[in-house]
Amino acid sequence: MPSSDNTKLNQAPIALDIQNLNVYFGEGHEKFRAVKDVSISVEAGGSFGLVGESGSGKSTVLRAVSGLVPSWDGTVAVNGEPISKKREMSYCRTIQMVFQDPYASLHPRHSIDRTLSEPLRLHKFDNIDDRVNQALVDVGLGASFRFRYPHQLSGGQRQRVAIARALMLEPDILLLDEPTSALDVSVQAEILNLLSDIRKKRQLTYILVTHDLAVVAHMCDEIAVMSHGEIVEIMDVETMRESKPEHEYTRELLEASEGYQPEA
Amino acid sequence: MSKPLLEVEDLWVRFASKKRVVEAVRGISFSVGRERVGIVGESGSGKSMTGRSILRLIRHPGEVEAKKIHFDGQDLQALSEKEMRDVRGHKISLVMQDPKFSLNPVMKVGDQISEAYRVHTNASKTEAKERSIAMLNAVQIRNAERVYDSYPHEVSGGMGQRIMIAMMLIPEPDLLIADEPTSALDVTVQRRVLQIMDKLVQERGMGLIFISHDLNLVASFCDRVIIMYGGRIVETCRADELQNAKHPYTRGLLNALPDIHKPKDQLSVLERDPKWIEDPSVDAFL
Repeated sequence: MPSSDNTKLNQAPIALDIQNLNVYFGEGHEKFRAVKDVSISVEAGGSFGLVGESGSGKSTVLRAVSGLVPSWDGTVAVNGEPISKKREMSYCRTIQMVFQDPYASLHPRHSIDRTLSEPLRLHKFDNIDDRVNQALVDVGLGASFRFRYPHQLSGGQRQRVAIARALMLEPDILLLDEPTSALDVSVQAEILNLLSDIRKKRQLTYILVTHDLAVVAHMCDEIAVMSHGEIVEIMDVETMRESKPEHEYTRELLEASEGYQPEA
Repeated sequence: MSKPLLEVEDLWVRFASKKRVVEAVRGISFSVGRERVGIVGESGSGKSMTGRSILRLIRHPGEVEAKKIHFDGQDLQALSEKEMRDVRGHKISLVMQDPKFSLNPVMKVGDQISEAYRVHTNASKTEAKERSIAMLNAVQIRNAERVYDSYPHEVSGGMGQRIMIAMMLIPEPDLLIADEPTSALDVTVQRRVLQIMDKLVQERGMGLIFISHDLNLVASFCDRVIIMYGGRIVETCRADELQNAKHPYTRGLLNALPDIHKPKDQLSVLERDPKWIEDPSVDAFL
């Protein structure tokens, strides 16, 4: 509906605009199209959720946007500027990613200090000392964690470090790839609260990938459902709460998230 | 209800190091009948250790101590290692969390399943193959013939998990201990796997211990729920009454969950009380 699109444009500028994104893996006969014609746009300060099962291509979309997968085509524009295949240094400063597994995404032999200060050095920031301390306070850890190693931290604490690392370069957009799926529900609540607080404070734009519909309903305003590399439905969170999605597959996902139902 | 299938009384699991003794499970008592019992708790609460200690699968330096572990009237602690092997798989099966580490990587999937069957029965090779393929079909694997001849690295995680479940169910155990069997699976596959286990409980009268951290799932799938914290049972209730649980820990876990239908700005964070660890364990008998 063009009318609703117009009202949206009046509200806020588009922070991330993806049009007809295709991602390929393999070559020749083996060439596989993992993401098919995906188009989404997220306004600045918005929170967009991508849900779907494993293998549906939801993480691959994030990886293509962040530059971790080179074999894609289509247009990706950040703050109105289309991005090229070769990423500029300044691009890293606008967009950062938090990965799924906090046990794998931190270098085991780098101290937290090194993990957090490395991006600052690469981007020639000043006041590195203060920034690292402040970042640790911001994610609720405190400066005493600065010289520890990842193995001395719990899963939730590691994910806080990963979030701090993503925030070091003061990005506008955070890509969150299942940030809580490896954590207990009590820790998940802490991390989700932290993410909401940071978004409010810094006016960030979030793209959250998850398979947990309750998490996506809690965090996001708009939700795209992916299946087999395609977006089957984009809906706002109210539609999802009222369990009125149009697509069969979305209904199935919603039903399953309600818990177990014996065979009919 | 008739006599319970499994009775455990005052079970302790300890890991001794030079400096100190870690108590993973601290004096828990429970029983399981021919029903679905859920054990929930966070990581480190001792729920997996409970499942493993029943089958005597705790490795050195871990030690298991219990006043009583009785299965079907048999004292499991009095059995020799050889007799124990007959219990494992045949009478009590364990489905582990991660298929990547529980399947033999250099053995074909089909051979592993038939082996599980042939160890406990006198079936011939062809008979075992037929049964295995039937079982693979039962766990909703398309192309069961092809999967039978493939190696574990050639199948996806979800399929690996279903293969594990097929392997554990083929000797028709009386009690199945499922340790987070569906955590790695997608929601739709998860439902199918649960339906298979549900059917076995309903039709064959199998007992099921379902270890999970997913409160919603346990509440909707199980008959009874045991909630563990810090190696002890803090509460036990009927699954359909989990929403009315009383213990502050259980309440905290329930409140920490985001809810699709009840949006809230902030999720409540679990406040832990050191007293929960010190309190004696609650008995969870029938």
